[in-house]
Amino acid sequence: MTEPPVLELRGITKQFPGVLANDHVDLDVAAGEVHALLGENGAGKSTLMNILYGLYHPDSGEILLRGTKTSFSSAKDAIQSGIGMVHQHFMLIPVMTVAENIVLAEEPTYAGVMLDIGEARARVRELSDRYGLAVDPNARIQDITVAQQQRVEILKALYRGAEILVLDEPTAVLTPQEAKELFAIIAGLKEQGKSIIFITHKLHEVLEVADRITVLRRGKRIDTVPREGATEESLARMMVGREVLLRVEKGPAKPGETLLEVSDLHVFDDRGLEKVRGVSFSVRAGEIVAIAGVDGNGQTELIDALTGLLRPASGTVTVAGKRAHQGSTAREMLDLGIGHIPEDRQRRGLVLEFSIAENIALHDYCFEPASTAGWMYPKRLIMRAAQLIKDFDVRGGGPKTPSGALSGGNQQKVVVAREVARNPKVLIAAQPTRGLDVGAIEYVHRRLVAERDEGRAVLLVSLELEEVLSLADRILVIFEGQIVGEYGPDVSEEELGIAMTGGRRKEAAAA
Amino acid sequence: MSEGPLDPEQKRLDAQEQQVLESTGGEPGGYAPSVAARMAVLQRAGGIVMPVVTTVFAFAMAMIVIAATGHNPFRAFQGIFDGTGLNWLFPWVTGDERVEAAYNLQQTLVVTTALILTGFAVSFAFKCGLFNIGGQGQYLVGAFASMWVGTSWASMSSGLHIFIAVALAAVAGAAWAAISGFLKATVGVHEVISTIMLNWVAVWVTQALVGQGGQLQNSTDKSVPVSADIVQKAHLPVFWGDPVLQGLHVGFFIALGAPLVYWLILNRTTLGYEVRATGFNPEAARYGGVNVKRSYVLAMAISGMFAGLAGAMDILGWQFRLGVLDIQVSSIGFIGIAVALLGRNSAIGVPFAALLFGALLQGTSTRNPAIQDVIKPELAGNLTLIIQGLVLLFVGADLLFLWIWRLRTKIRRTPAAPAAQPGAAAR
Repeated sequence: MTEPPVLELRGITKQFPGVLANDHVDLDVAAGEVHALLGENGAGKSTLMNILYGLYHPDSGEILLRGTKTSFSSAKDAIQSGIGMVHQHFMLIPVMTVAENIVLAEEPTYAGVMLDIGEARARVRELSDRYGLAVDPNARIQDITVAQQQRVEILKALYRGAEILVLDEPTAVLTPQEAKELFAIIAGLKEQGKSIIFITHKLHEVLEVADRITVLRRGKRIDTVPREGATEESLARMMVGREVLLRVEKGPAKPGETLLEVSDLHVFDDRGLEKVRGVSFSVRAGEIVAIAGVDGNGQTELIDALTGLLRPASGTVTVAGKRAHQGSTAREMLDLGIGHIPEDRQRRGLVLEFSIAENIALHDYCFEPASTAGWMYPKRLIMRAAQLIKDFDVRGGGPKTPSGALSGGNQQKVVVAREVARNPKVLIAAQPTRGLDVGAIEYVHRRLVAERDEGRAVLLVSLELEEVLSLADRILVIFEGQIVGEYGPDVSEEELGIAMTGGRRKEAAAA
Repeated sequence: MSEGPLDPEQKRLDAQEQQVLESTGGEPGGYAPSVAARMAVLQRAGGIVMPVVTTVFAFAMAMIVIAATGHNPFRAFQGIFDGTGLNWLFPWVTGDERVEAAYNLQQTLVVTTALILTGFAVSFAFKCGLFNIGGQGQYLVGAFASMWVGTSWASMSSGLHIFIAVALAAVAGAAWAAISGFLKATVGVHEVISTIMLNWVAVWVTQALVGQGGQLQNSTDKSVPVSADIVQKAHLPVFWGDPVLQGLHVGFFIALGAPLVYWLILNRTTLGYEVRATGFNPEAARYGGVNVKRSYVLAMAISGMFAGLAGAMDILGWQFRLGVLDIQVSSIGFIGIAVALLGRNSAIGVPFAALLFGALLQGTSTRNPAIQDVIKPELAGNLTLIIQGLVLLFVGADLLFLWIWRLRTKIRRTPAAPAAQPGAAAR
């Protein structure tokens, strides 16, 4: 490389008490390059990017912008130097329009006081045309899709003159189709000479968009490799430090009796919209049935109805031959034998302020041995938690550790441990690997297969086609609140993708 | 986008960082507290540190106020302190001074008794994520119930009479507060609104009942708007001091037992588990099978029980009747909010916070001669309100303290960084 790289990080070291978050990390990014930063949760990606964005000060090491040494003391400095960051959670104001959000803090004005909204719109249009980021400047944030909101965030960074864009796990919130569109946008930005740092832990994405890949593990840079010649297996090995099974090993299903029977279920959401419109299916002991679909097609409401968190309008749910009555509470569904790994472990699956022991008792606190006649026995909770922490290999704390202090993967292990240890007949897993790193995903997948082989009926709801294809024995596609097709495990990703977007709906209805 | 050190994004990042760092530790001892974690530790240690710091700040500000009005702040505080009777604890205080101190301390502890209970009334609801502003109303309803029992059934045996009066006051306070819990659980009325409104209902209904022409007004002098006196046998026995001069009554032991009850309910019963789960994360509680609505009703009821008990302690312990004027000037229930905030809703913190406010009330009382030498009695009473207000202000401001603390570490870190750079360059 003759030209100096646009951005160079040299020997960045950041020590937090007890842990080296970054240990002499080097990173260089060329103009017009997409550079992927790959690593498991806790590898130090976020620390490194926070240092770049001026949120942390490195203990040693330096940042060079176009060959000149710089130091940022705040995000403002970083923004002014042309660094833009798109966080995983968007920071947009829902009631304001796209244009208003983009120009916020640097508004074009009349006479320095009045917002010149016409000018703002024009500038936003100009930007979105130049970079091929189609958004309606007049739409309100609350009315547009997540993918569009992400575009607004990117536009906001570009509006502020970003030359280097940091995208933090940008595909975590997108459907496969939307992710494809994002990759096209990234390619466009690259053509315009922008540099992109793409943070992720999804291997196939890296191979799709990145020019070069830097892998971090435990705060150290393991290697920087060009995309050519890299494979998912080689990257996974660098990330985890050992061989990883990317495909789940499982024998053929041996389905037994029907344990979950759903018949003509109709569910309305809080806003009174019919989100589940006549769904019927069954899950037998010893099989994994996956419900695939684009987010927002009724999966959440279906699960909530099955677990007693949302009252179905009509239809029946039968668990192991016992019919749940209309409007069963969460407690009644738990007692019928449903285990539920919820979609959002932080919002629903765990009380983050509670210790691991208290969280493990979340369903059974009111039964022996956790309590007798309303009196709790914390020692018994702790003993049980200690056992499960061992059995399920939860790391990062003991029974008394607040669950909020655990990493995402270990939090999920706590949830899985609790649900599985209750010995449920039906295990409902909603997005069980969302936000987890490769090692944790491998664990959860193996566990689900193991539970299947134990003779439970497993209902998997996932937005990740890869996960659906590798785990499921049968695949149901949900579209606009209806099951529009059933497939075997050997169906192609393309076929599923088409069905998920309603392509096969008419045929399925006709059949 | 604000770049302030306290903006939510920064906090989120810190939380993320904490997770990130801690997941790094597969190896033992790989625990690395982030800024957020260290703040959390400070906040936990701040369970003691912060209230003490806020109190010291409030007192310092109060001294400035006193100085500004042209009085000697040190002499004023000396006067307040002597007025609380806490100097009784010093062995060198003897003779008449000691008698006086004992009397003052009894007064302080009588007030503290009620404040401990109204403090827990606010704390318990807090643990369920509810802000119970209705302590005052629940206190009045409890006071009224115990007065009603205490003025009836004159022939009953003493122990039973007191027991029924206290129990009924607790039940009445619980029922009164449960209305708010029920409204929240069923139709979603915010508890702040409903408890405030129920305060006024309690104030006016009790005033109407004991005021002129009220059903429970005393029959001896119709010009005085107070209830009849409760019968002698329903008085709580005084174990320290002169029963005629409002000595310390046995209700003090009920207040001393309250922290234990509070802690046991929260930490050793399934009800407490449900209340805490609901308070931290109602969505997770519901998912876990907790009946969240039931938690709201029961948490409010237990809160109200504490406040109702406080009412009974005051009526049966030293007031012996309920008057319109008492109802109008009483603010024991409201001070309970300050007590809960300063005491951090903790079983140990609340009694100490109650003692502080009880001592302040007594020390700045217009009856305290020690302070009247220094400040006008009218001003002295206001001093309590000033300190109380400042304490509340600073309790709410602990985030500010944390921010200053962080700023300090930031300043300390910034000069250190350039020093590290030459070393890095040399390598």
